[in-house]
Order: sequence, then C-alpha cells, then structure tokens
Amino acid sequence: MLPFLNVFGLALPMAPFIILLGIWFGLTLTEKHAHRHKLNPDVLYNLAFTALIAGVLGARLSYVIQFPDAFISDPSSLISINFGLFDPIGGMVVGLLAAIIYGQRKELPFWATLDAFTPLFAILMVAIPLANLASGFAYGSESELPWAIDLWSANRHPAQVYEALGAIGILWFLWPTKIHAKRISGAIFLQFVILSGFARLFFEVFRGDSLITVYNLRTAQIIAWLILVIGIWGYSQITNKRIEKK
Amino acid sequence: MINLSAKKRQFLSVFLLVFGLVWIGVGTQLPGGTSSKGIPAPQEGFKAPDFTLSTPEGDSYTLSELEGRPILINLWASWCGPCRQEMPAMQKLYEEYEDDGFIVLAVNTTQQDNYEAAVGFANELGLTFPILMDIDGYVSDLYQLRATPTSFFVDTEGIIQEVVLGGPMAEALLVTQVENLLKEGN
Repeated sequence: MLPFLNVFGLALPMAPFIILLGIWFGLTLTEKHAHRHKLNPDVLYNLAFTALIAGVLGARLSYVIQFPDAFISDPSSLISINFGLFDPIGGMVVGLLAAIIYGQRKELPFWATLDAFTPLFAILMVAIPLANLASGFAYGSESELPWAIDLWSANRHPAQVYEALGAIGILWFLWPTKIHAKRISGAIFLQFVILSGFARLFFEVFRGDSLITVYNLRTAQIIAWLILVIGIWGYSQITNKRIEKK
Repeated sequence: MINLSAKKRQFLSVFLLVFGLVWIGVGTQLPGGTSSKGIPAPQEGFKAPDFTLSTPEGDSYTLSELEGRPILINLWASWCGPCRQEMPAMQKLYEEYEDDGFIVLAVNTTQQDNYEAAVGFANELGLTFPILMDIDGYVSDLYQLRATPTSFFVDTEGIIQEVVLGGPMAEALLVTQVENLLKEGN
C-alpha cells in the first residue's frame, strides 16, 4: 500500500496518478491503432477529450443540482477544485452522452469506435485495481496463504493483484496488433465485456469488502454475471448477423 | 482475440454462464462480506481510529465517546494558509448545526506547530469548537497525515464518510457533507 508518493516534498496521491497514467497510456494506444479500424486518430482523441471535459462539468453540475442551497449561500464554490464537490455518476452520464452526441455528429461507426477504444478500457481495468492496491481499497479477505499481504491489520488475499493480473491477461489477449483483419465489427469490444465480466465474477470471492445481499449473495457477482449474459447475447447477435449476410 | 466455430462458441458461452452461477454459489460460502466498518483506519468507509486529546483549557475529548454525533475532524497548523482560510467557514457551520449534535474536533498538529501560536490563532479567529492539541503527534500518525489541512467527516456510527486532503474546503462542500451526515444519522 502506497497512498502517497513524496516528490520534492509534495505528497502525490498515487491512486488518481495511476488512473491518469492509465488514461494517457490507453489513449495513446487507441490513437496509435485507430487505423486498424479505419478511423481517424484525431477524431477519436477529440471524442475522448470531449467526453472527459463534459464529464468533469457534468459531475459538478450534477452536484449543484443535488445541493443547490449550498451553492446559493456560497456561489464561489461553483469553481472550487475540491474533489468532494463532484458527483461521479452524474459525470459519467454526461460524459457518455457527450461522447454519443460527438460520435453521431462525426458519423463514427458505433461498433468500430467501441473496438478502437477497447485498449483504453482494458488498460483502465488494469489501472483501477493497481490504484486500489495503492490506496488499500477493494481489499481481500483474510488468508493464511504464503502470498497473503499484510493489510488493515490482517494477512489478506492480494485481491487487487489478482484483479490486475486478470486484467493484464485480458489486455494481452485483446492487444491491438493481434486483431484479425476479417473480424466482425464489435467483436473486440464484446469479447472485452465478456472477459472482464467473467474476471470480476471470478475474483470477487477473494474480496473482503463485498457488498452482501439476500442469501449471502455478493452484489458485484450478480451484476458481473448479468454483464456476462449481455456480452454473450450481444456477441451472438453480431455473429448471427454476419452469418445471415453470407 | 479468437475466432471460434459456432458450435464451440455456444459451448463456451454455456460453460461460462453455468460456471458463473456455480461460482456465485461458492461465493456465498466464503467469508468476505463488508467488514471495513469494523476496521479502524483513516480511510473512507472505515471506522475512525479512536483517540483522546485535550484542549488548552484542559478539557478532554475521546472520539469514541462522541459516537452518535456527526463529527468533522480537522487536522491543522497555525502556519498553514489554507487552514486559516477554511476555519471561518467551519466556525459558521458549527454554529449553524451545533444544535443538531454536529461537532468539530480541530486537532492542532502541535508537533509541527508552535503551542502558543496555535492558541493565538484560535483566539484570533474566535473559534468556539474544541481545539485539541496533538503534542506528541500521536493523532497525526494515527490518521497518516500527509497534507495540512486534512479533514475527516465521520458519521453517527463512527464511520469515515469523506476524507478531504488539503484545503481550503469550499463552504458548499462543508454544508453538503454535514447535511449528508445528519441525514444518514436520522
């Protein structure tokens, strides 16, 4: 666990740093291999940038809508850089909407665009557990295994490391240079969805902070299984369409 | 990336879904439910580590004895500009929500400050919430202080709901966090 890195006397929070590094590396990879999907790398970069900016503005706007009175009494808080004044879910919704609108205006093909962005998504799936490892979040259950790590006053499964290794495997499997020229559009993204859903479902049992629901079921596993179903259904749809075309 | 025949793909899909269901069943038999609320750690979602500190007047405050009240623990120093900037908003908030049980524990990181300067700072700003003196740095270590100021919003069950590193905190952030703590407590 390394929540902060001291650089020249400044305490650099590691988790956001790792996520930012992941975004940068993922975007670079997406741009570099955009030609494999017959897409313009600049347009893809602009789409990501638009979504990011809209996401940040949307996150603040969503927070203001939820707590208008707090901002009426102190309007200067509107431009505060406090992270606590952002609503992440609102930000994601607005960012996604902005990406869809931008993609439609630029007439980007839906599935090919998702395929092109898959390296970014896959790298983020590696970065998130590493960020969690740095901050101590998403920790494992107690374990006596030789590779257990000492975290939060107990020896625990290195659940974040398991998840990162699983995500590295998925990234390797879907590495842009490995894609087939005659692939079905959308296949890369949907394979990513299926594999990531399965990985989440698999590694969740090693977590020590699972949200438990009825019958002792882990909520994340249920959601991951549903994502798996959607991914498999989507994949069968695009492959069936191709067979029908033939 | 792989291209499988339709038959193999169907088999793999069924296998993944069935294995997934079995694995969900396995998950119900293993320990690992949300346990962070019982672990003391200076992190969001964890139990706020307990401590006892005194004010310059000699009044003693123990965090665990304040359970049931929403708490803002603010670690500060008199030389810190952002601390000075955010203190008036904290005082205003304390006055506004004191009747609802809200309390501010302003922990002066005395080991990196000057005792007299800290007391002078509190008097100058007219702060009425408890100013606690962390003379040996025990609480600063316990709360893994990395940036001054650092604030912890603790709910009525003693669970940290938000950590704010650095400052100054916007007044809107203070208001919304305290209102959330009060809402959760009802």
